[in-house]
Amino acid sequence: MRMFTDRFAGRGKPDPFAIAVAGAGLAFAGMGYAFWRRRQKRGAEPERIATDAPHWTLDKRSARALFGKSVLVNRPREEVFAAWKVERFPEFMENVVAVEPLGGGSARWTIKGPARREVHLVNSITESIENETISWHSDAESEIANSGEVRFADAPAGRGTYVTLILAYDPPGGKLGRLGAKLLQREPEVQARRDLHRFKQLMETGEVTSNASPSARKSESPVEPHI
Amino acid sequence: MRAVTWQGRHKISVETVPDPEIVNPRDAILRVTSTAICGSDLHLYDGFIPGMRAGDIVGHEFMGEVVEVGSGSTLKQGQRVVVPFTISCGSCFFCEKQQYSACDNSNPSETRDASELLMGHAMGAAFGYAHLTGGYAGGQAEYVRVPYSDVGPVIIPDDLPDDDVLFLSDILPTGWHAAVNADIEPGDTVAVWGCGPVGLFTIQSALLLGAGRVIAIDHFPARLRLAKQLGAEILDYTQVDVREALNEMTGGIGPDACIDCVGMESHGFTPDNILDQVKVQIYSVTERPHALRQAILACRKGGRVSIPGVYGGFADKFPLGQLMEKGLTVKSGQTPVQKYSGELLKMIQDGKFDTTSLVSHHAALEDAAEMYRHWHGEQNDYTKIILKPGLEKGAVQARKESEHADA
Repeated sequence: MRMFTDRFAGRGKPDPFAIAVAGAGLAFAGMGYAFWRRRQKRGAEPERIATDAPHWTLDKRSARALFGKSVLVNRPREEVFAAWKVERFPEFMENVVAVEPLGGGSARWTIKGPARREVHLVNSITESIENETISWHSDAESEIANSGEVRFADAPAGRGTYVTLILAYDPPGGKLGRLGAKLLQREPEVQARRDLHRFKQLMETGEVTSNASPSARKSESPVEPHI
Repeated sequence: MRAVTWQGRHKISVETVPDPEIVNPRDAILRVTSTAICGSDLHLYDGFIPGMRAGDIVGHEFMGEVVEVGSGSTLKQGQRVVVPFTISCGSCFFCEKQQYSACDNSNPSETRDASELLMGHAMGAAFGYAHLTGGYAGGQAEYVRVPYSDVGPVIIPDDLPDDDVLFLSDILPTGWHAAVNADIEPGDTVAVWGCGPVGLFTIQSALLLGAGRVIAIDHFPARLRLAKQLGAEILDYTQVDVREALNEMTGGIGPDACIDCVGMESHGFTPDNILDQVKVQIYSVTERPHALRQAILACRKGGRVSIPGVYGGFADKFPLGQLMEKGLTVKSGQTPVQKYSGELLKMIQDGKFDTTSLVSHHAALEDAAEMYRHWHGEQNDYTKIILKPGLEKGAVQARKESEHADA
């Protein structure tokens, strides 16, 4: 406090205009310095330390759309892994119309796409380690090239299982197409995130949570969920 | 059935809507016998809670009779139950820790995205309280669907009338939780901002939890009178500088715990609140946290601040430095109602709480629109309104003056 009183003691009132000009000058000088520093740095590779961030969370360019989503499921890992099987997918994957096994770990998936279209995928499991992970990639005839992995890991202190879904795919229509699909709520990241939560609900509560209830909106039914 | 619906800012109407149905095994359907209008319903009424849609059925304080159950419900037809306003699954990480209001399953996949975007994580669900908290129909209706009915509903013995137990749904446990969150030590002085229904239950709870004295702050004479009747010392902020009074009543150190039972729509003509009012009018903020600012500045160093009052988003001019420099502890959150249901029902049976003095009006469900107007505009006379689906339209029963005025 004394510092301030000493500094201003015995002086006349400062001219507000002079203060404003000085402030603007400082701001310009600061911006100029920042641009100059940036210019100096250009070309030089900045040091990047390897971190423990999951790879799908890193800010990096990728030709494919890549995302991952983790949920904590308050059940033992063996039980969670056992429940993650094709026959049970329709219980929690709202967008999956059908999964037809083609033998040899391959299956043809029919999925709801934007604007009431259906999308067909042909995927083959590349690796399956019990209670740990299931990986897959798409075959040539798949309408959308994709690959992915589901991981199951123990959560600490008996809290259950971390389930992580990682998916990379070639969005039809590129980035713009992906944005459009997101707006229509039929984009794989949106769908996968919601399906993963439905899986968690099913595992923990025995049912898929629904807000189905009446409203005064004519377009809604009391037995259908709504946004 | 008939139901109270939100149609827009300051627009409430009673409409005929489809009956609810059992959707999931753990569901139950209730025939509602009593349902109250909550102070937080006014935040919906004023349009400050994001995520409401025209046609939503409101109401989160209700009780009724079980008329239908799913195969996984533990309830039986004919049972009378009070339903916690928080919807909780009982089996996720949060519910196991008894943080029921943080339930990670009740907010469905379809609605949790928006909630996650705004709050960082999806909120637990509640009845009749916007789509950020699940988009479930509320209980100001003839019938209501109750999910996870094996976890929430409190079975009520036949000898207890509705009015004695209805508030187990929200405001009684919320007042209790507010006082528990204040970590009251024997002999503490506890200041409570707001003498609405939650404030009045907070006063009772603080005294039951060992507070030496409770100082209640409001400006409506009828509400201050109720606070006094329940054992609080009272301050009218239109008559006094609240912080000066609190300091002078505590030897200059301030109250040990300060509880904000006001929330996002503070009253009062202080410079900060007038500025907030202007900002709210131009939609640059939703919060008017004058009471909370005052509580933080009033609290003694190293004291506790408990916030049961509802806030919706980002607040301006929050006294963060004051909070840090004074070393205050803050606890907040929607009430984990299920955690307290059992002990509070027992305490009601033992006569520990006055649950009825605050009720000023009983009215028909059909009169809901009018009652919301009164509740919003006449807070001195309307201290708590209970809607009864059974009553004839226009059959309003006001509390007799003699029952409260001169107590």
